[in-house]
Amino acid sequence: MKQSKKSIILSYVILAFATLIVLLPFFWMLVSSFKSQKELFAYPPTFFPSVWKWQNYKQVLSAGSISFFQMFINSMKITIPVVVFNIIFSSLAAYAFARINFPYKNFLFMLFISSMMIPSAVVMVPRFMLFTKLKLIDTYMPLILPSAFGTAFSIFLLRQFFMTIPIDLEEAAVIDGCSKFRIWATIIMPLSKPIIATLSVFLFQGSYNDFMGPLIYLNSDTKFTVQLGLAGFRNSFSTRYDLIMAGSMLALIPVLIIYVVCQKYIVKGIVMSGLKG
Amino acid sequence: MKSVANDTSKKKGMKTMTLQRKDALSGYLFIAPALISLLVFMVYPVIASFVISGFDWGILTTPKFIGLENYKTLFRDPVFLESLKNTFVWVIMYVPVSILVSLIVALAMDMPLRGIGFFRTMFYLPVMTPMVVCALLFVWIYNTDFGALNYILSFFKIAPIKWLTDKNIALISIALMSVWKNFGYNMLILLSALQGIPESLYEAAALDGITPWRKLINIKLPLIMPSMYFVILTSVIDAFQVFTEVYIMTKGGPGYSTYTVSYYLFNNAFEFGKMGYACAMSVIMFVIILTVTLIQDKIMNKNVQYDM
Repeated sequence: MKQSKKSIILSYVILAFATLIVLLPFFWMLVSSFKSQKELFAYPPTFFPSVWKWQNYKQVLSAGSISFFQMFINSMKITIPVVVFNIIFSSLAAYAFARINFPYKNFLFMLFISSMMIPSAVVMVPRFMLFTKLKLIDTYMPLILPSAFGTAFSIFLLRQFFMTIPIDLEEAAVIDGCSKFRIWATIIMPLSKPIIATLSVFLFQGSYNDFMGPLIYLNSDTKFTVQLGLAGFRNSFSTRYDLIMAGSMLALIPVLIIYVVCQKYIVKGIVMSGLKG
Repeated sequence: MKSVANDTSKKKGMKTMTLQRKDALSGYLFIAPALISLLVFMVYPVIASFVISGFDWGILTTPKFIGLENYKTLFRDPVFLESLKNTFVWVIMYVPVSILVSLIVALAMDMPLRGIGFFRTMFYLPVMTPMVVCALLFVWIYNTDFGALNYILSFFKIAPIKWLTDKNIALISIALMSVWKNFGYNMLILLSALQGIPESLYEAAALDGITPWRKLINIKLPLIMPSMYFVILTSVIDAFQVFTEVYIMTKGGPGYSTYTVSYYLFNNAFEFGKMGYACAMSVIMFVIILTVTLIQDKIMNKNVQYDM
């Protein structure tokens, strides 16, 4: 314990410095979003706004070609089906990989795992051509379908969790003649709430934060997601950083809410996904 | 007696056979949606990418087979070569710095401190934040004349730096932003590995009167190597694909100084409609990432001891 006094002080210094670096930009975003344009470009810059200009937010809500609220609804039209269907289909596959014996199981599992190494840029163009052929450009389908039927990362994470559930719980159900589907629905899924929460956060984050996907597939601005609409601010407002920062704050709010509510699940999930090592 | 026993075991055998078959069937049914999706949205596009890269494939023109012509053009295309160079510079710059930062913070967190929960929450905040938000925020912070960063530096008598408009600095600026945004993720993985090191090892080391520095070099670092390799691998794969921050912050500029392969690929496919050319680029990227992964895998299997 003696040696550690120095290291503990050093640790606090490192962490305090890192916290400062992490928080300052967020703080700057917050105060910038409330400043008047004149104050924004004052030199030297003021720390807090002399007048808190709430109108920035009012203005930004309806500033783009569609309202911020509509962009949020559009994002949810993609995010909610992705989260719900991905969890249903991934968990079915994960359960099969964890508990059912069938030929070529290991090979198929490896196929899923190795697909995680494929850079998304490699599949980007052929996928686009596929969706063009299906006449699904400028719809939400290209953003939903590829993740709706289960994805490798989800399957991997769920399988890891399912393998920790004691098998005795299922054996009684097997003797009663329960089908595998009923075991999955009535025993496995109810026991897996923590991992489902974790995965929901990851999937929400991935889908809501996605920029490249909507950029490729959505053309009409009435269909823009939050990220796509926000990025457009850079062109339409160029130097109106007050509005850009207010918009950024608004885009951050849903993420912050989820983050505060689900924090413990996030840490658990990252630890589990890192265990692969 | 004997025959009866035989009989029942036979029956039982048959029963388990059908049960096994039923199980196998439900297994296939369970993975069917995910497997079909994998084949349609991953396996098929990868194969198609290779095929399309052999064609002169525009949006409006009929595709024409040209063999390796796209690849030959690519390696004579100065913009592609610049993008390739920038991407390698990015990976070599971003990956070590971000992992070093993650490691230092993780080591600092792996101490009997108060408020660990608070720090963990703070450091993960940028990871949750959308990249578009981070990129826009740093465009403002990096602003040459009115940005907060140059203002802070002015206290140290440092003249204003053109963070995003100087050819030699822009890529570094974007990389610094990415480190800021992403270090929290790898930090959590490394931290959980550090906390998985059994206490008994430290106790034995304490008896030997080991210095903190030797404790770090001889116990902590070797034991977190499996997680370290996982972190390096995923960071390298992600770093090769850097796109959103470039698209928002500099659009590849000034000049071509922040063009990356992903950015140029996107431009070719979705702005110029040169699908074949873009696919050739994606194939090159695929081969590079695969090679790096395999090399790393080889080093990893040589050096890592899995049993703790």
